[in-house]
Amino acid sequence: MLVNLISGDRPRSTILTILLLVVLVCLALAPFLFPGVRPLDTAARICVFILLVASYDLLLGYTGIVSFAHTMFFGFGAYGVALASIHMERGWDALLVGTLAGALAAAVVAFVIGLFSLRVRAIFFAMITLAVASAVAVLVSQLFQLTGGEDGLTYQIPRELTPAFRLGEVFGVRINGRILNYYLVFFTCLALFLVLLRIVNSPFGTVLEAIRENDFRAEAIGYRVVAYRTAASCLSAAMAAFAGSLYAIWLRYVGPDTTLSFEIMLDVLLMVVIGGMGTMYGAVLGAVIFVLAQNYLQTLMGAGAGLTQGLPLIPQLLDPNRWLMWLGILFVLSVYFFPTGIVGRLRTGK
Amino acid sequence: MSAAPDHSPTFSRLSLTDRLSLAAPYLLVPVLVVIGFLAIGAPSSWLTLTVSGLAMGMMIFIMASGLTLVFGLMDVINFGHGAFISLGAFMGVSVLFWLSAWTDAPSLVLNVAAVLLAILAAMVFTGVIGWAFERVIVRPVYGSHLKQILVTVGGLIVLEQAIHVIWGAEEIYLNRPEALRGSITFGASALERYRILAVVVGLAIFVAMRLVLRRTKIGLIVRAGVQNGEMVEALGYRLKLVFIGVFIAGSALAGLGGVMWALYEQVITAGMGENMMILIFIVVIIGGLGSIEGAFIGALLVGLLQNYVAFLEPKVALISNIGLMTAILLWRPQGMMPVVKAK
Repeated sequence: MLVNLISGDRPRSTILTILLLVVLVCLALAPFLFPGVRPLDTAARICVFILLVASYDLLLGYTGIVSFAHTMFFGFGAYGVALASIHMERGWDALLVGTLAGALAAAVVAFVIGLFSLRVRAIFFAMITLAVASAVAVLVSQLFQLTGGEDGLTYQIPRELTPAFRLGEVFGVRINGRILNYYLVFFTCLALFLVLLRIVNSPFGTVLEAIRENDFRAEAIGYRVVAYRTAASCLSAAMAAFAGSLYAIWLRYVGPDTTLSFEIMLDVLLMVVIGGMGTMYGAVLGAVIFVLAQNYLQTLMGAGAGLTQGLPLIPQLLDPNRWLMWLGILFVLSVYFFPTGIVGRLRTGK
Repeated sequence: MSAAPDHSPTFSRLSLTDRLSLAAPYLLVPVLVVIGFLAIGAPSSWLTLTVSGLAMGMMIFIMASGLTLVFGLMDVINFGHGAFISLGAFMGVSVLFWLSAWTDAPSLVLNVAAVLLAILAAMVFTGVIGWAFERVIVRPVYGSHLKQILVTVGGLIVLEQAIHVIWGAEEIYLNRPEALRGSITFGASALERYRILAVVVGLAIFVAMRLVLRRTKIGLIVRAGVQNGEMVEALGYRLKLVFIGVFIAGSALAGLGGVMWALYEQVITAGMGENMMILIFIVVIIGGLGSIEGAFIGALLVGLLQNYVAFLEPKVALISNIGLMTAILLWRPQGMMPVVKAK
């Protein structure tokens, strides 16, 4: 039953199994284990990013194509929910319509980009997605009547999902709409993550891996490489849009910085590579480590910068705003030395 | 045993349509200029826009040329190229600030000397960094596009952050040297001096690059290496060495482009190279990977179109480049003049 649920894709390492279980338990019981606004926010962010990174891994790790438009699709989902919530009545149907519209738009755009670039050579895809994503980001900030521009949009979600909705107390923790909202995010992410696991362990996923390893041979065996690559990119775009919708429901705000910026794209790239390309579990570890580091490492670096105040250059290097540099170095090193990421190390290291 | 089929090869002149399709990319720029003239109507604004479009195109070409050659020669895609643009700009601007006595003096000689020194410093600096980048970052990942993209993006992040560490996180504003400010009036249209200079420099670089590639032995090896690297190596040339040279030259050109762009925009940020990369990729894609001529035409098309559209319909200008790329890829999926065969 349990093995069926994870589509027979066992973690294949004791430490990895333990880590994954810890993550699952912590996220499932987050409102009770870590009460407070900020920890819950971090937990929700981790859930959303696990889904986003897993959907990106479908493209990068399993199919072997690099896309820089993944945050664009993430943004499609988020803006879909935001626009539907603003223009429709406050309610669940607005969320549903926005989510589905966002996912559909993401899939269609991914299909069109795929038609242009995947047909010729996979490397075009990386460059064209970068160009398209930046154009969309500029468009969103320019069309401020519709999208709110740089300020973004705030909107209302159903009352059941807001802190104003109270249910009572469980284990000394007040259950309010915020916690219901968290569980909506958590369970949807979990379900979609299991769907992604199902996809990569299906015959379709196996073909994707064959294309990654040797597209020429995959074509020779009789698989239409272009069709499979395009399908994978549409699927992953739709999943990213779902993640975006959930993020928008959680934050009750969308803006270019939270959903569309190139920084988030880099974050996702770092999470996939550090966690481990080509395994869905890598996405889990990558997202958890990265989001925790983002939230808490910067504080640590700030302390380090304060301690080394008198020395030359070191305080600048330890400036909390420079944390991306250290992650960049870690990223380059991990591509060289641990191309399979943390999960790959854990699996071979037993 | 049946007789061999009749086979009589003939050499015939290319038909008109063949020749037209070969020449078509070259015709695009004049056609676009004429269309721009018809759409804008007023000759004076058309001239201003054309010159600024050409200037922008030339600067983009300078930055893009290195990238396309590096790709053509060694099948290496360098997403970190943008970092060299930023590095060049910061280095050049630092030198200009250091020589502020020269740049503020109303003497043409001193101004030009300061700019030349800044350019030289920037090119040497980015060339050296490019050499190190090739050694440390790119060398271990030859042959794998996926890893190249990942690693060079990592390199881009680190270099950009390093700029923040060295020069601070704030954007830096600068003034052009005295002699390059202002504009020349030609007929009814005002042409900025600096833009004319940019066009001249860009043309000079293009001509020089063509001369090196077409007329010298090293150019011959580079072109042959782009077409068939294995064969060139089999003939005894150390293509790796040539490649390092091209990589350094490409990085130095990116540095030059960075200084020129900095003087054009009069503000520099660490992210400027990253933003330019988007235009550069569009240019490289529509030009055809590995083709200098293609990149040149592509850059001019992008520059001109952006300026014309920004004048006619400002909102559309944002997506005009994507539209151009889509149109060109529909017409020629490999770009206008692909040198590297599709893999």
